[in-house]
Amino acid sequence: MTWVNDVLQGIFLGGAYALTAVGLSLMFGVMRLVNLAHGDLAVCGTYLVTTVMAALGVPLWAALLVMLPLAFCAGALLQLLLFDRALRAGPVAPLLVTFGLSVMIENLLQQVYSANTRGVPAGSLDVAALHAGGLVVPWLSALKLILALVVIGGLSALLRLTAWGRRVRATSDDVAVARLQGIRVRPLFASVTGIALGAAALAGTLNSVTTGVDPALGALTLIFAFEAVIIGGLGSLWGTLLGGMLLGVTQVVVAQVSVPYATLASQLLFLAVLAVRPTGLLGAAQAG
Amino acid sequence: MATGRPGKPLASVAAPPRPAAAGVPVSRWSRAATVTTAAAGAALVLLAAAPYLVGAGVTQPLVTLFLLVSMAVLWNLLAGYAGMLSFGQQAYLGIGAYAVYLVSKGGVSPFAAIGGGAVACAVAAVPIFALLRRLTGGYFAVATWVIAECLFLYVTNQQWIGGATGVGLQQLSSMSPVLRQAYTYWAALVVMAVCVAGVYLLVRSRFGLDSRAVHDEPAAAAAMGVEVGRTRWIGYVLAAAGAGAVGGVLIVSTLYTDPGTVFSVNYSADMLFMVVIGGLGTMEGPVIGAVIFFAVQQEFASYGAWYLVAIGAVAVTVVLTAPGGLWGLAARRGWSLLPVGYTVLPGAASRPPEPPVLARGDDPPEPPDAPGRVPSSRGQGAPPATRGGTDATRGGTDE
Repeated sequence: MTWVNDVLQGIFLGGAYALTAVGLSLMFGVMRLVNLAHGDLAVCGTYLVTTVMAALGVPLWAALLVMLPLAFCAGALLQLLLFDRALRAGPVAPLLVTFGLSVMIENLLQQVYSANTRGVPAGSLDVAALHAGGLVVPWLSALKLILALVVIGGLSALLRLTAWGRRVRATSDDVAVARLQGIRVRPLFASVTGIALGAAALAGTLNSVTTGVDPALGALTLIFAFEAVIIGGLGSLWGTLLGGMLLGVTQVVVAQVSVPYATLASQLLFLAVLAVRPTGLLGAAQAG
Repeated sequence: MATGRPGKPLASVAAPPRPAAAGVPVSRWSRAATVTTAAAGAALVLLAAAPYLVGAGVTQPLVTLFLLVSMAVLWNLLAGYAGMLSFGQQAYLGIGAYAVYLVSKGGVSPFAAIGGGAVACAVAAVPIFALLRRLTGGYFAVATWVIAECLFLYVTNQQWIGGATGVGLQQLSSMSPVLRQAYTYWAALVVMAVCVAGVYLLVRSRFGLDSRAVHDEPAAAAAMGVEVGRTRWIGYVLAAAGAGAVGGVLIVSTLYTDPGTVFSVNYSADMLFMVVIGGLGTMEGPVIGAVIFFAVQQEFASYGAWYLVAIGAVAVTVVLTAPGGLWGLAARRGWSLLPVGYTVLPGAASRPPEPPVLARGDDPPEPPDAPGRVPSSRGQGAPPATRGGTDATRGGTDE
């Protein structure tokens, strides 16, 4: 029963990874933009939530409602002012720009909020759990998994069923042809980055409820998100969910054997996938 | 993604098979280059004498500067020339530092062990490159980062090399501080001199041509007969060896290393900032970038990490507005201190272009060591004769 419970906890952890990674996956899939500042932007959102909570004295969910539109606008602005230009400046520029942005954000947060870990108060949510037989269902983890499913399912439906989704898919296939068809690519990309950033900030905040947040968290957040995207396969949102699950289950199961090597094991899983199948498990036939 | 778009600032290789040996006189040197190398030689002699002339107050920061220059030049070899953007060179800094610790534990002088650090990294780079071989762009960048992260996690859990607390270099604590500082300084100076001169000679060699061709358009390079895999392999292994030597000097100068510091991705950030601001894919740029980074760090580090925010902002602006960096702006005006390309000599430009060799039966065959590839003489104020060929290779390489 402990093994079953481990796998369950791994799936919950995977849900958290997938929620963090879905924005990265979306931007990667639509714009071929590897946003190396993804993790740091998620951390930014978390700091914004703690600041709103402290300033207005509101609970977590209310602060999240304040933060999400702001994160969307910030993402759209970033796309319009920075990422669009980087995408036009050649294949290397987006990597250089987003990595530079990531370092800037991390150091900025460190200067403004200090390097200390900051808690994200969430009432009783961070410890509440349902015990059933040998299984444990922590409400927070379940919430993250459900949110991951809702966000990924919702995005898939939007992409498949709405006019916006059709435009995104067309642009993803071929930007030049999409432009010729009259699609206005810039606002479209801005909306995609806005959604990506909102999801990242939401995930970052919920992930920090139990562990707290510090400015250096962005690097590992990005690495895990990137791994989930690549393991699952570029351009597949459900693949990202699968990638997150595999990372999470690996980490929790290995932790039963040896806690210090749990993180290392998930990193090695990623390297193994890269070596054997760089296109990912559900990816299309070609990799960048 | 598109590679080799028009307006891309970095090197490109002219396609028309116009053999340099068959009539077009080219120059690979310039008066400015003579002055530069002479000045660099004189500076090297002067710097080598510094421990006799000035105290540790001057030589200690200079060690930092030498290491920054070495890291910038090496990172540029990878990213600027060989086209491999790595955010994981800190892996080799760490391997180098720990190799020096282990070798000197065996009784070898830590200064001699710095060479061992370089060798250890070259050896480690071979299997690591085998893993990275097929990856490009963002995949390559993040994969190198993850490998460095794996090494960090591994070393953190290995108590025999100090675990998370790190290891101290006991062997040097009995040495007199003045002597130790002088030796450390010379070690850093030698590493920098070898890195700069080595990368320069490398970039001027056949490898330099190959790597710039691979950087610009791997498929086209392969079609021209460049061994893409081997070129990338050479660049990666040599950059790793250099980083190993830098890591060795790091542990010798601080007498201590721990995984959290030496495997930190901040080193990659520093390398990126120096090279991007100075000029990615130029010989002079990374050196200039390192000097600027060093000056800013010395001047403003006491105010906290703000200087990194500012440098990051400058680097992002440079990428978007002046992709050639500071030196790229200078090179646009025809400046070149360390030429790496081929300049068609004046006078040759006015001649009609030579017909292809194969069309002329009486022409001597191409020499085997110059297989018909003339690179553009980037940044050397070349006559338009060479530029024309450059642009011809750029069309239709999108996607």
